[in-house]
Amino acid sequence: MHELSVSQSVLDIALRHAERAGARRILAVHLVIGDLTGFVDDSIQFYFDFLSRDTLAQGAELKFERVAARVRCHTCGAEYAPPDARLWSCPECDALGGEIISGREFSVASLEIE
Amino acid sequence: MSRELPVVEEILSANDLVARENRKVLDAHGVVAVNVMASPGAGKTSLILRTAAGLGGRLRCGVVEGDVAGRVDADKVAAAGMPVVQINTGGGCHLDAPQVQGALERLPLDEIDLLFIENVGNLICPTGFDLGERLKIMIAHVPEGDDKPIKYPGMFTAVDALVLNKVDLMPYVEFDESAFRTAFRALNAGAPLFPLSCRTGEGIESWVEWLLAQA
Repeated sequence: MHELSVSQSVLDIALRHAERAGARRILAVHLVIGDLTGFVDDSIQFYFDFLSRDTLAQGAELKFERVAARVRCHTCGAEYAPPDARLWSCPECDALGGEIISGREFSVASLEIE
Repeated sequence: MSRELPVVEEILSANDLVARENRKVLDAHGVVAVNVMASPGAGKTSLILRTAAGLGGRLRCGVVEGDVAGRVDADKVAAAGMPVVQINTGGGCHLDAPQVQGALERLPLDEIDLLFIENVGNLICPTGFDLGERLKIMIAHVPEGDDKPIKYPGMFTAVDALVLNKVDLMPYVEFDESAFRTAFRALNAGAPLFPLSCRTGEGIESWVEWLLAQA
């Protein structure tokens, strides 16, 4: 269900920008999605196809740029990719945790229009 | 000819805009809103009822109940004398800012100091949606196991406080409290952890004191 409301937001943003630019058709929508957001690409495309019927975006392809999660160690400042389903510990100094510096991105970056 | 049109807009910007409006309305009425997140059955409603009793009138409480269906929780809260609005999401897995905006219009905000927004039972989706709250809190509970911070890191990183409910069940289930604490600290260095039992009342006091200090 979650991806349905998100797909509607993506469509609203795409249509608003395309209409303002005088587009006849939206060919593709480029999305930037961080790995920590938990959104599933196929599921967003599935709902988008359904919602975009009879709009400028009908048939548009969603192109996903995934951003890997990165964490900065509180103790030594090293940056690392937090492991899946294990404790977040720094590979340099073994300290636990850190500040999330990427992986929460969730935006429409650009459109391909004609 | 096709061409590229730069956009750069947050996908949840529409939600965030309404969340900002909610925050303004809450601030104007001097209401501190607390987004209560947990898996189903963790004790969200029980904690709200226990907390209101523990506050003993020092803060006037109100509640927004988010559930997929029904008003079981809202009835319990209303029976305790708190103003409550039920939101049924009809299958939706989280509350969003426009739903909360509708609920705020139906609450006597001038008579509320502390507003609990009980989110839909879910450890994933509610984290992504700002509702306009001042505090995000999460309830973990002993029977669901000590590995939840490792399996669902997102929510643990986002909260201002973590409650560990049902500590009275420790003798009966496998739960390594020190492993749980370590895993939580790895994700969130600053938020306090309150082990308590809504059933026996153990530990409620320090949780209530913390909440009073935030309001």
